[in-house]
Amino acid sequence: MTALLPRRGLAQILALIVILAVDRIVSPQFFDLRLQDGRLFGSLIDVLNRGTPVALLSLGMVLVIATRGIDLSVGAVMAISGAIAASLADSHGLPVVLAAALGTGLVCGLWNGFLVAVLGMQPIVATLILMVAGRGIAQLITEGRIVTFSSPDLIWLGNGAVLGLPVPVAIALGMLILTGAVVRGSALGLLIEATGGNARASELAGVGTRAMILAVYVWCGVCAALAGVIAAADIMGADANNAGLWLELDAILAVVIGGTSLFGGRFSLVLAVLGALIIQTMNTGILLSGYPPEFNLLVKAVVVLAVLLLQSPKLSGMAGIAARLRRTKA
Amino acid sequence: MKGLPPALITALVLVAGFALCAMQFPNIASTRVVGNLLTDNAFLGIVATGMTFVIISGGIDLSVGSVIGFTTVFVALAIERWGVPPLVAFVAVLALSAAFGAAMGAVIHVFDLPPFIVTLAGMFLARGASFLLSTESVPITAPVYSTVSDFALRMPGGGRLTAVAIIMLVIVIGGALLLHLTRFGANVYALGGSRATASLMGVAVGKMTVKIYMLSSLLAGIAGIVFSFYTSAGYSLSAVGVELDTIAAVVIGGTLLTGGQGSVIGTFLGVLIQGLIQTYINFDGTLSSWWTKIATGVLLFAFIALQQGLVALARRPVRKSAGATS
Repeated sequence: MTALLPRRGLAQILALIVILAVDRIVSPQFFDLRLQDGRLFGSLIDVLNRGTPVALLSLGMVLVIATRGIDLSVGAVMAISGAIAASLADSHGLPVVLAAALGTGLVCGLWNGFLVAVLGMQPIVATLILMVAGRGIAQLITEGRIVTFSSPDLIWLGNGAVLGLPVPVAIALGMLILTGAVVRGSALGLLIEATGGNARASELAGVGTRAMILAVYVWCGVCAALAGVIAAADIMGADANNAGLWLELDAILAVVIGGTSLFGGRFSLVLAVLGALIIQTMNTGILLSGYPPEFNLLVKAVVVLAVLLLQSPKLSGMAGIAARLRRTKA
Repeated sequence: MKGLPPALITALVLVAGFALCAMQFPNIASTRVVGNLLTDNAFLGIVATGMTFVIISGGIDLSVGSVIGFTTVFVALAIERWGVPPLVAFVAVLALSAAFGAAMGAVIHVFDLPPFIVTLAGMFLARGASFLLSTESVPITAPVYSTVSDFALRMPGGGRLTAVAIIMLVIVIGGALLLHLTRFGANVYALGGSRATASLMGVAVGKMTVKIYMLSSLLAGIAGIVFSFYTSAGYSLSAVGVELDTIAAVVIGGTLLTGGQGSVIGTFLGVLIQGLIQTYINFDGTLSSWWTKIATGVLLFAFIALQQGLVALARRPVRKSAGATS
């Protein structure tokens, strides 16, 4: 799989380069970096930093989608874990806060995985339940207020720096390496792809498809919880209404831009994260260009459509037929 | 009438819920409250009718909330800024939204793409377009609006059946007739049962897909007009997240999200249940608004689990005779 990566990722890398070039045109100082107080600053770092929540979500989402599933609840899980982290931050130490928040994500993932793997519900419906109820639960935890905190440890998680990189970026990078090592360093990734390719055939071939499905939803929940903690740490507070709002759509979009088919069966972690960066680079570019941010949605819609059409089996089928016709003519 | 048993359960839940609410707050059992329930949820009932067709056919339409938002802004700007007569503005916006839905249906069919992601792009597109038109709330002062908002049939007990509620009821009844009594409706069920089989049986799958999404967007357009009557304004951020409420109402109404089963009446009852939860929370006063979301989530779970159980029960004998394990 890794050997295939450069060829498969070419379109995404080219797209990122083109968007970066456009950003450079609209904002000449786009590539400027400077080191201040042990932390790098600049638009590029900003893109990485702002792109972290979606990148984390897409890490979990890509595995779920590889099993032919989808997780609509990640935005709501972000809100819940952010709310828990914020309400515990001032009375408990960072390990307790993190354990509680990530544990919540784990439970949310188990719930989703249970509905899909054990009860056999359709993933869209199963995760819709938590998407609707989750935001209510988050508001229940914060009692409808925006909970702020002043714990320096948690704030460091959102605003500190490690080796010059903002902590969120370092965490996302660490999660990418960890996830990659686990799923690609073992047969796990292959088994997940097998489950998505044909669950019944994999089951008969001895793959524990239920365990696979359960595991990917749990991982997705944990990633979402981590994203929620970082989002809360970033703004030093938890807003149950708006934290992670519509980010599930961005995460799905990142995965799709990364070339992972919604029909499951194959995936690329690196390209999904690249997809998240492409989205964020576009967002930042539009902001820097001085166009109203309302253009964001239109640009996103056009990009989704373009990516979809490029991936469409029908279109590649047509292109294949056209190529064959040309060959027979020649 | 395949979808009647689950709809019957929805009806029982609605009646039981209403009875419980009425026991605690006797005032709920009045035509005034019921009239308000219908008025407040009129736009939801209209979109949900369209969504029922889409979901029974095995698809999903995430763009409806954005289409409602776009419609309100377009109508408000057309009437207030561009000086277009309201009726012309309505026709124009309905034509636009129908064309939008048809385009989504065409993309889904021609390129064989998942409806979820195509309508997600449609959601971004419609919301973005409404932002481009105007980011501010545009009040509508046309005389038609006050006439329509003031119009109401008096019900016994002082309740008011408003114009928007009447529009909703007409569309729900029309939708139910279309789904259950026409060839079009039968084809919708066939498509949801199995696309391949439907195609082999002679259903023009492509045309049907285009028509179904066209219907959904058209009804979302009508819902948008109703929404603008309800608020007397056009705002690009209106009806954000309505697609979720709509899908929830359809599922609570007993329609299978896998397609092939469901009913418009069930959906209507699902909309009323959601409205009832909201009304109860308003009456109670101490409960916060987030309980609506949690209650809706719990109901969603209960209904889907119930459906899952019924489906499993129906499949059991087949499985035993085939001797398969899973």
